[in-house]
Amino acid sequence: MIEAVGLTKRYGAKTAVYNLSFQVRPGTVTGFLGPNGSGKSTTMRMILGLDQPTTGQVTIGGYPYRKLPNAPRQVGALLDAKAVHGGRHARNHLLCLAQLSGIPARRVDEVLGVVGLQDVAKKRSKGFSLGMGQRLGIAAALLGDPQVLLFDEPVNGLDPEGILWVRNLMKSLAAEGRTVFVSSHLMSEMALTAEHLIVIGRGQLLADMSVRDFISHNSADFARVRTPETEPQQREKLTAALTEAGGQVLPEQDGALRVMGLPLPRISDLAHGADVRLWELSPHQASLEEAYMRMTQGAVDYRSTVDQRAGLQQQLPPGAMPQQQFPAPGQGQPDWYAPPPPQQGGQPFAPPQAAPGGPNPYAAPPQPPAAPAAPAAPADLNKPEDPR
Amino acid sequence: MTTPPPQPAPQAYAQQSAPNWQGAPGTSYTSPIPVTRTHLGHALASEWTKIKSVRSTLWTLGIFLFLVLGGGLFVSAQTEDLNYQDLPFTFPAFIGLLLGQICLITLGVLVTSSEYGTGMIRTTFTASPQRYRVFAAKILVFFAVAFAVSAGSILLVGLLTSSMHSGPEAADLSWGGTVLKGGLYVSLLGVLGLAVGSMLRHSAGAITAMLGIVLLPSILPVFLMISRSTRTLGEKMQEYNAINALAKIFGADGGSTGGSQVWLLVGVTAAAVVGAFALLERRDV
Repeated sequence: MIEAVGLTKRYGAKTAVYNLSFQVRPGTVTGFLGPNGSGKSTTMRMILGLDQPTTGQVTIGGYPYRKLPNAPRQVGALLDAKAVHGGRHARNHLLCLAQLSGIPARRVDEVLGVVGLQDVAKKRSKGFSLGMGQRLGIAAALLGDPQVLLFDEPVNGLDPEGILWVRNLMKSLAAEGRTVFVSSHLMSEMALTAEHLIVIGRGQLLADMSVRDFISHNSADFARVRTPETEPQQREKLTAALTEAGGQVLPEQDGALRVMGLPLPRISDLAHGADVRLWELSPHQASLEEAYMRMTQGAVDYRSTVDQRAGLQQQLPPGAMPQQQFPAPGQGQPDWYAPPPPQQGGQPFAPPQAAPGGPNPYAAPPQPPAAPAAPAAPADLNKPEDPR
Repeated sequence: MTTPPPQPAPQAYAQQSAPNWQGAPGTSYTSPIPVTRTHLGHALASEWTKIKSVRSTLWTLGIFLFLVLGGGLFVSAQTEDLNYQDLPFTFPAFIGLLLGQICLITLGVLVTSSEYGTGMIRTTFTASPQRYRVFAAKILVFFAVAFAVSAGSILLVGLLTSSMHSGPEAADLSWGGTVLKGGLYVSLLGVLGLAVGSMLRHSAGAITAMLGIVLLPSILPVFLMISRSTRTLGEKMQEYNAINALAKIFGADGGSTGGSQVWLLVGVTAAAVVGAFALLERRDV
């Protein structure tokens, strides 16, 4: 069991992790999510005693990591697949780690077999692909047969077979009663692997709940409704009817409507009653990815902008119309996956004012919007204005 | 034996309803592999595996041996019995050591800084959170290797030279002390490099710093001697710089045998090692 209490880490003026408290329990896979730069790796390093917390503490089985007797026999970690000396071959790399904690050399060959690297055991790890490096890192984590395992982005660079293997490995490790703490950006992968989630943004805890609760708290299932594009007044009519019946209606960029709070048959009945034809009426199940996107939207530090290629374009001949460019889905459009939680009003992420452990404003289910806000109008984001 | 081969977990596991993780089954796991109490011996074995499994060790020590043995043989062949009237038979190794010390410094720096450069240090310190133990093992293993190689090569040069020049004109001075002191001096320079590498955590930076420490005190006196106020400093530097120290150890400087120069290096190295230990425990990696 990993237990963090009031964990804070500052690097000069920058606060990487602020007042983080959580517990990772044995017997399940716990996912650790957060945008880039949100402090996941810093937290992992503090758990492993590599970085000293500015305040607060984190313990494993009741001990700070550096006070654990024979730590690698109790905690195994994959932090960075590239954290090996590339000139050393795989077996020697594991051997020197095994010797450091008194693990018999036979065990090295065992874990090489477990991760499937037995054929390249005598190859220098410099020549390893990213996926092979990950396997070597996982081998190092498994070396001590520990009861607590930490994996930072374990499926990076793995082939589909390797991803499946890691997924099953995590689950079987947890099923043996071990504590498994995994960070990843692959939401679909997390949805399949983890049972419990710890989500952080800008170094603060955003959520600590089961995957199921997380999804239901942070996104709503909705129906996508499309009316004939040739008759825009039908769309208005339907919107009015649905809103009157208690549904929330949000227009989508391509002219469809996103309807929440009404079951599909009811939407159909209402449309029929309003004499509106439907071109599409489809159910949309919320995924972990959407729930995650919605929750962390305000906490994203690194966001892409539209590549405008400004100044690199040739001068257009006078009179020629510039070719209209549309940004690709997702690019420079933070709200592509889900509209911003309406109650935030597009506020930039602010540190939760509520006491830690209190109700999390980001975990609250989205409230009905006062007016259907256009999804492409979040005021907060440095959304690039189209130059034309 | 211990980690079961990855079996596809039952599908039901993923769809298990309402994960009741507070009452998770089997709240602990105990490994069947016996847990041993770790000590310095484990760290020494680990560092020995590390130092012998990288190519930089082979290269730096190979070049060192080439310089000391090759240079020694060359000088030995160029000298006559008469030269050894006031020089020990190990003197030919001196020329090779002047260049060869750079190899040992490089190896010493790389022993720690390459771990910082590659990120291996995080893996190492995760595997042994007792950082002082790892660092102590690094110093001991490196010093043993460096001393064995350097003293061994000086001894070999001494033996070869004495077999070539033990005519009646040679004085047959005792040269056992030069083997030990010469080997000790260059090995300590390597340990100093190791400590500097641990403090600077950057290979190129630490090697450059070490070259400065070795070379500057032999160049600066020329300028320091000009001014009266810095003259004493210049004289001290000239007396104690690494190149002059080696010359004294190998009897190229008349009477002195370089004892005080060796002691100075012992002091400097000890101070650097203490500093490295202090920083090691406090800094983040």
